[in-house]
Amino acid sequence: MATATAAQTSASLKPTPLKGEVAVEMIDVHKWYGEFHVLRDINLKVTRGERIVICGPSGSGKSTMIRCINRLEEHQRGSIVVDGIELTNDLKRIDEVRRDVGMVFQHFNLFPHLTILENCTLAPIWVRKMPKKQAEEVAMHYLTRVKIPEQANKYPGQLSGGQQQRVAIARSLCMNPKIMLFDEPTSALDPEMVKEVLDTMVGLAEEGMTMLCVTHEMGFARQVANRVIFMDAGQIVEMNTPNEFFANPQHERTKLFLSQILH
Amino acid sequence: MSMLVTQEPYLRQTQVDPEPPPVLVSGPVAWIRAHLLSSPLNIAMTVVTLYLSYLIFTPLIKFALIDAVWTGQDREACLAGPGGEVGACWAYVRAKLSYFTYGSYPWDLRWRVDIFFALTAIGVVWMLWLDAPRRSLGAFYFFIIYPIVSFILLSGWNAIGLSTVDTSLWGGILVTIIVSIVGIVFSLPFGVLLALGRRSALPAIRLASIIFIEVIRGVPLITVLFMANTMLPLFLPGNMTPDRLLRPLVGVAIFAAAYMAEVVRGGLQAIPKGQYEGAMSLGLGYWTMMRLVVLPQALRIVIPGIVNVFIALFKDTTLVSIVGIFDLLRTVEATLTDPTWSTPTTRFSGYAFAAVFYFIFCFGMSRYSLAIERRFARGHKR
Repeated sequence: MATATAAQTSASLKPTPLKGEVAVEMIDVHKWYGEFHVLRDINLKVTRGERIVICGPSGSGKSTMIRCINRLEEHQRGSIVVDGIELTNDLKRIDEVRRDVGMVFQHFNLFPHLTILENCTLAPIWVRKMPKKQAEEVAMHYLTRVKIPEQANKYPGQLSGGQQQRVAIARSLCMNPKIMLFDEPTSALDPEMVKEVLDTMVGLAEEGMTMLCVTHEMGFARQVANRVIFMDAGQIVEMNTPNEFFANPQHERTKLFLSQILH
Repeated sequence: MSMLVTQEPYLRQTQVDPEPPPVLVSGPVAWIRAHLLSSPLNIAMTVVTLYLSYLIFTPLIKFALIDAVWTGQDREACLAGPGGEVGACWAYVRAKLSYFTYGSYPWDLRWRVDIFFALTAIGVVWMLWLDAPRRSLGAFYFFIIYPIVSFILLSGWNAIGLSTVDTSLWGGILVTIIVSIVGIVFSLPFGVLLALGRRSALPAIRLASIIFIEVIRGVPLITVLFMANTMLPLFLPGNMTPDRLLRPLVGVAIFAAAYMAEVVRGGLQAIPKGQYEGAMSLGLGYWTMMRLVVLPQALRIVIPGIVNVFIALFKDTTLVSIVGIFDLLRTVEATLTDPTWSTPTTRFSGYAFAAVFYFIFCFGMSRYSLAIERRFARGHKR
């Protein structure tokens, strides 16, 4: 009995393979906030296991773009297909996509009234209908992986920023996602805590997780990204491998941006 | 004039260990000096306050305790007090206490009301005591078993040998407690639903919620009670006539729900967008997200507001007397015309009794909410 549960647990911890080779496909995506044309002509194809880093000045639409992938933002033209499911107004499909797409936010968005463990087990229990005991095992597995199992019974407010962000990553992983979205995960952290979060993300990348990261950590981009995307004024301006992108930027805007952030 | 001092480079050699703070001057004498006698103005204010308290409280204590009449059979006892002066006539309250408690509920059946009070006490304590054992069973008891048993017990059921008692005989504290509990238990869930409705993305639901809340809030409770009394029978099909106690119950509940909705909406607005996004990104549906993530936080923020509505509701139950329900205050008034107890201080004594009753309950609610707030604040600082 015990071994059966253990086998079941370890089986559920293996990343579910994506259905096809294409994880995310955005075709001719446009979005407006009122009159403001915030995303323009976004075309992007992310294949399975790819790591994409997205950078650009603030207000360039990078966060909005990845938030469209799990429908936290709605697009008004074009199509977005995530793991074979096209995002429309159909709530069932949106829920289906959200179950399989994890997201990590700049401000963590942990639930302050729940303990770390409860934060991690909430979605598996209520969305995946996992038994509580198994959900706790899974949660402890991922909390151990982000190196904070001893904090499981504390509340988010008692943890440092870096620890909270690692909990947020673990919370997403507990849903066993196929794709992970990161929206400036280190921007709100004290300098001393950036590394612990980046190390966790590098670990994920090494295991073959499909990742889209909005970040200005260029060291991280060089280390793990397959492609770097530069956005400005709602458009993808330049997209290249990290080596080419940093060594040999083509567009004037990219050159200017890189000269500002790389000293 | 070379005052310029070159800053020496500095490198710390020893670690400074933490020390306890210096011993502060403390104790009652220090407290009095710091808070009551710190300046001439403060001294003057303290003296004036003491004098005013003396002016107010000495006659009150004299009237309510020292000169009061505690025992007696009729008005004779309260006409000449022991000190020559006439104080509060507590003998009258004592004689009428049973009427204040049960109204006109038949004498030989009042044990049923006593059991109801006991059941209420068990349920309320079980719900309010957060560390009580088996709280889920407590909730089942309070929301399912208790209302059914109470209803059968109080109104009677001939089939099991409990003779029926018409609600027109119910009165006093019994009715006050029933109206309050029904109002409190129904106003919170309905208020939450109305608040969610008002923030809904669906225009029809939002509009309906806004209309309901604004109409009820824009009308005095007395009007709502009159409407419930006269119009509720019109809304119901054919020959159904709702019980005359049920009508004001519905009125009080929807009135409190409208106020509760606005309190809860205030809490919902205080929840950052990130909480919704965090929950949605995990695939939580609307109701799960609201129930497990948003509402627990929102309701915690507005505990003072919720208790405020409960306290207002508890006191507003006195208004049901306007549609002919004998609540506690109405039973007190009814006894004032009794010639057996007609004395100069009867009126004061009766109302004072009612005031103390309401104050004890309202103050209790207030203290309980403070304790709950402290408890939640201790758990999880943001």
